[in-house]
Amino acid sequence: MNISRRHLLILLPAAAVAWKYVEAGTPEASPNYQMSEHWWGMLINIPKCIGCGNCVRACATENDVPDGNFRTWVERYHVTDTNLTTPEVISPDGGKEGFPVAQEDAGKYFFVPKMCNHCADSPCTQVCPVGATFISPDGVVLIDQTYCLGCGYCVQACPYGCRYLHPTKHVADKCTLCYHRITKGLTTACCEACPTGARQLADLKNPNDPIHEFLKTHPVQVLKPQMATGAKAYYYGLDGSVR
Amino acid sequence: MNGVVGFMYPNEYALQWSILIVLYPFITGLVAGAFILASLERVFRVEAVKPTYRLALLTALAFLLDAPLPLQLHLGHPERSPEMYFTPHATSAMAMFGYVYLWYLMAVLVFEIWLDYRRDIVILSQQSKGLLRVIYKIMTLGSNNISERSLRIDDKVGWIVTLIGIPSAFLLHGYVGFIFGSIKANPWWSSPLMPVVFIFSAMVSGVAAVMLLYMVTTRLRKLAIDMRCVDTIAMYLFYIFIIDFSLEMLDLIHRIYEADESFRSLDFMVHTRLLIPHIVIQICLGTLTPLVLLFLTQVVHFPEAVRKRLYVLSGCLALIGIFAMRWNVVIGGQLFSKSFLGYTTYKMEMVSREGLLVAIGLTILPLFFLWALVKLLPPWPEKSLHQVAAGD
Repeated sequence: MNISRRHLLILLPAAAVAWKYVEAGTPEASPNYQMSEHWWGMLINIPKCIGCGNCVRACATENDVPDGNFRTWVERYHVTDTNLTTPEVISPDGGKEGFPVAQEDAGKYFFVPKMCNHCADSPCTQVCPVGATFISPDGVVLIDQTYCLGCGYCVQACPYGCRYLHPTKHVADKCTLCYHRITKGLTTACCEACPTGARQLADLKNPNDPIHEFLKTHPVQVLKPQMATGAKAYYYGLDGSVR
Repeated sequence: MNGVVGFMYPNEYALQWSILIVLYPFITGLVAGAFILASLERVFRVEAVKPTYRLALLTALAFLLDAPLPLQLHLGHPERSPEMYFTPHATSAMAMFGYVYLWYLMAVLVFEIWLDYRRDIVILSQQSKGLLRVIYKIMTLGSNNISERSLRIDDKVGWIVTLIGIPSAFLLHGYVGFIFGSIKANPWWSSPLMPVVFIFSAMVSGVAAVMLLYMVTTRLRKLAIDMRCVDTIAMYLFYIFIIDFSLEMLDLIHRIYEADESFRSLDFMVHTRLLIPHIVIQICLGTLTPLVLLFLTQVVHFPEAVRKRLYVLSGCLALIGIFAMRWNVVIGGQLFSKSFLGYTTYKMEMVSREGLLVAIGLTILPLFFLWALVKLLPPWPEKSLHQVAAGD
């Protein structure tokens, strides 16, 4: 086949554009996803959590979370009758590998999974100087890491300790509620890995979501309600000692 | 985990804001304080402090040029910092920084210095030679009219700029306090008093710094220190210091009496990790001691030599105290967990980008800026422009 100079000049840019897509990988299509039709949150059923750490490991694998930082973690509380307000709390390596056997019989033990609360009035998005972190129309707090300055102001502003500065990217990082999954109709990695169903992704705008029935019939609470952040991680069975 | 006591959320072990962020409010405080001292002469006609007027302006400029450097070095992506100007986030206190900084630098400080020095610059651009001549020519901005009428206009405009500059200086440093005070997640910071405390502590540090610089430079130039000037500055320093200390104590007493959910945690910190920097260095050494010394200078008629020594000692201690205050706010506010169940430790590095050596360098750098500014725009009234043009 003879290729003229004119054809070559047309083909080369086209090939360059095509190569860019090959390099980037073909993005997964989610043509039916409408952000305005969803309002995401999470239901966490504390009595169901067994502290196995599956969720922490699944999150770390799915999202390439750097060692020593956590997008989700599990805490174990030990509350005794004589000390209801200052519990003994541990979270060795974020509970990734489970917990040591409890030594003491006195009081109660329970596990509390933690993650970004995807607050509707989030203090972290409020303080970002360039708006690199924002609330998506479907209620997920996200970070544009190509835009983040890495100033750490959002880390300071989060009352729940959910954010960190990524040690190699030098930008803020946190739970995205597995946005790349939930927009494809999947659940989050942590929910999928939980063997007891202690975590359930909730779509508050979907009338068929079981969250509505649950919220009607169960008392739920959010962490640090006094912060008035509009947290959307709803806890069932939350003890008053939990911070 | 090494250095951690009790329970911290797992992402809290390492501090996000280092000594560079301590340095930033300290430096901007010096800027604001130095400017306020300059305004005493210009706006409030306190003639006694006139010998420090130009020095205070140049000091403010030297430190203001240095102020953004610790922030830049701290950022994970400093190359993206211009985005704060181009796409500022309206709800962010930090986003205001760029604008407040530029406003203060260009519209207030540089403009006022230019107006004040314009006559000198024009004369120097005619008398100097070589590169200096070119520099002064550029600095005239093409305005060579130094007629009586023109200088009178300069003076009037300069007065207005200083008048605008006072609230601007308050804004510059008040906003720094607001950055911390508006963080509801952190009870050590979250206080409406924070911007006011920052402003008054800024005035203390800036006034003390200019007083010390005036005394040191006059000594280096082998001239007599104008005691009426330093006595007046010390008097103002004493009064501002009282207000600053009262505000800080009000905040502390309020916290102790209210004893909210964070109190046990903060109380533990003040008695352990912050005992030395907060109680010993900030309150005892850096506040009460200079206050007592300054009080003595107000009520006892010490000989001149004793007063000089007391002023130098008080000034140095005040600067140490204000630096400790910045340290206790920035570092202290990150040493406890937001769960109020644990405490971490700040491990300062030596030679990293946010290490001690860089911090020392950034603290000294404004003195070089000041040296260059003084060479270019001598603030000494007794030095003739002919000497300056000749490079003496």
